Amino acid sequence: MTDIDENLVRKIVREVLSQTQTDQSIDFQKKAPAVTDAENTSSNESAVPENNVDWFQPVGLAQPGYSKDEIVIAVAPAYATVLTKTESGVSHKEALRQVIAGIEEEGLKARVIKAYDTSDVSFMAVEADHLSGSGISIGIQSKGTVIIHQKDQEALNNLELFPEAPVIDEKMFRQIGKNAARYAKGDSPEPVSQPNDQMARPNFQAISAILHIRETHQVVAGKSAEEIKVTL
Amino acid sequence: MKRQKRFEKLEQRPINKDVIVKEWPEEGFVAMKSPNDPEPSIKVQDGVIVEMDGKKREDFDLIDMYIANYGINIANAEKVMAMDSTKIAKMLIDPNISHKEVLKYTTAMTPAKGQDVINQLDFGEMIMGAKKMRERRKPANQSHVTNYIDNPVELAADAAEAALRGFAEEETTTAVSRDAPFNALSVLVGSQTGRPGVLHQCSVDEATELQLGMRGLTSYAETISVYGTDRSFTDGDDTPWSKGFLASCYASRGIKMRFTSGSGSEVLMGYPEGKSMLYLEARCILLAKASGVQGLQNGSLSCISIPTAVPNGLREVLGENLLCMMYDLESATGSDQSFSHSSMRRTWRFMGQFIGGTDFICSGYGAEPNPDNTFAGSNEDVYDYDDIHFLSRDYGQSFGIHSIKEEEAINVRRKAAKALQVVFKGLGLPSITDEEVEAATYADVHEDMPKRDKVADMKAAQDMMDRGITAVDVIKALADGDVNDVAEAILNLQKQKVVGDYLQTSAIFDENWHVESAVNEGNDYMGPGTGYRLYDDPDEWKKVTDIPQVIDPEHFDM
Repeated sequence: MTDIDENLVRKIVREVLSQTQTDQSIDFQKKAPAVTDAENTSSNESAVPENNVDWFQPVGLAQPGYSKDEIVIAVAPAYATVLTKTESGVSHKEALRQVIAGIEEEGLKARVIKAYDTSDVSFMAVEADHLSGSGISIGIQSKGTVIIHQKDQEALNNLELFPEAPVIDEKMFRQIGKNAARYAKGDSPEPVSQPNDQMARPNFQAISAILHIRETHQVVAGKSAEEIKVTL
Repeated sequence: MKRQKRFEKLEQRPINKDVIVKEWPEEGFVAMKSPNDPEPSIKVQDGVIVEMDGKKREDFDLIDMYIANYGINIANAEKVMAMDSTKIAKMLIDPNISHKEVLKYTTAMTPAKGQDVINQLDFGEMIMGAKKMRERRKPANQSHVTNYIDNPVELAADAAEAALRGFAEEETTTAVSRDAPFNALSVLVGSQTGRPGVLHQCSVDEATELQLGMRGLTSYAETISVYGTDRSFTDGDDTPWSKGFLASCYASRGIKMRFTSGSGSEVLMGYPEGKSMLYLEARCILLAKASGVQGLQNGSLSCISIPTAVPNGLREVLGENLLCMMYDLESATGSDQSFSHSSMRRTWRFMGQFIGGTDFICSGYGAEPNPDNTFAGSNEDVYDYDDIHFLSRDYGQSFGIHSIKEEEAINVRRKAAKALQVVFKGLGLPSITDEEVEAATYADVHEDMPKRDKVADMKAAQDMMDRGITAVDVIKALADGDVNDVAEAILNLQKQKVVGDYLQTSAIFDENWHVESAVNEGNDYMGPGTGYRLYDDPDEWKKVTDIPQVIDPEHFDM
């Protein structure tokens, strides 16, 4: 009898799955109407112009990846270019640095995209997990709410959700990156623990609303995500 | 700048940790009136509303259509809409006009008209309005019963103590959603041990919540949320009709239920359409009315830091409570979420509801310390009990609860924990040890409890649902274990669902299973000397005034 190498089986299954994805993603109908700038501006009057941030540069339409060791991180429409810090006071650059470092510590790679079609953390993570070679994605709103999502999950389901942005510090961002990478490797990590703060509401609810409104202003309905080159 | 010493100290006061913001009407960050709110209007043709609040029927959104078809008393609508809003507002505080008479007018208002009437009132006038417009004669209160680890034995003990303290309703929820069946069961046994006739619910996802009710493991439901804009609704895969359908599911099984709404939710979800919080809440209240449910929980609830961040926030919150009463609905008036670092502001949060008196002053009051409140903390918790009793005593005003003696609490907590021990044994659930019973008897926080096997409990809770366990099995387990009084109380609770009298507006039970509702114990307030007065209710007044802290001057000795 031949010994079955579990790792080999996993590898083959993944190859087959990624092949299936390639077949599905060749969809010229869908790709064709990449929204032009002229269309964008007409669809959202309340958006403010995005700042040009040297460490955070768009490099064209976000594309699907086929590398099984990548995690795609989707950031929200106002991230880095309109707003600059999360509710816990972590700069957007530092938050991304920590998440990426967490992923790299586990030996995987991170790719960053910016969602424009939605300000909802679940739906931007869904957009990202469909582009992610591993099928695992992380969504991050400008206010700092984070989600880890997997491709076969319903939008409103998740692997881990971190709804209380005010308590997510640098260390938690790194842990979130690590856990996402471990899911991609097929592990079942212990969920990142979250503090329970009874006074989070008076401290932050109004600020959350303001930041979410400003983020929602930047939504451009129908606009595809941009690939972002992050220089840390 | 060299700091001025007083200003430096002021800056450190708790109140200055609360966040307040400027109004932002375009984004709905405005409490009572936005420039984008519609003007009140109505046109009726052949008994059909063809125009409402400046919109023609063909332009109605889902919520407009639902309200126009089912929510408004069309027969009186044109007459009432033609009246000056100040005239209707004055009726609310005129002691010569009865509760019933006012309802003829206020149930015929469109959302914008309701909003306009509320805008005529200051805070004191709203209190006067609540005094008369509350449905039930006697105010009552609701508690939260939860703990951070969903410990079932502690839940039963806390539920029993809360029942003994006088809460008419108890609401539990979970730390982990899979624990729901155990939480519902524990609060069922605890509440009926503490005082037969206390109603209880388990706030979880809508499907589970309904199933728990149908199995008799809960006796009412509340977490059926509605919103004031279509987008906020459809984002949750809902429509007004799906909520109406859910409401009828409860009615068909004889289970009391109310809807939930509250200002600020649409702002927080990002879709307020530039309207004021009060206007959107008026639409929610009419959605409840249109669905035929008997009541509504509102008063901003978990979004309380949104209205209270802007001017007139707490005036708006009492205003939306009052507007709910004006549509002839039971009112459960919030004050159920932590919202301020300041004790003074925290107290004023419930002053209007307390002094005016509402069907449920809080919905709910934390019957555990706030860190154990899995609703994310209430505005009032167990450590505020004596403050509340003093206030009731000071003002002669009911908070729906009263002081209890330490030995009574110990006895009832032990009895409830033991009853649950018997139920767990009878149903074949992971056993409850005598050590746990003792710990729950004397516990304050979940850390006082011995650790349970969480995974085994979670599996057993799921298994309990798979095996089709209902209240009948619970009654049998109690009877087999000779806990006959609790068995009988739970049996009575099931009988009431067949009788159905407690489906009437604002219904609660007294200790003899008599329903007190808007039908048989309606609010008869007609100015000074009328209506319910705590200081004229000898039994209740004694419970509030004769408390352990009181010094007897005749027998006083240093």
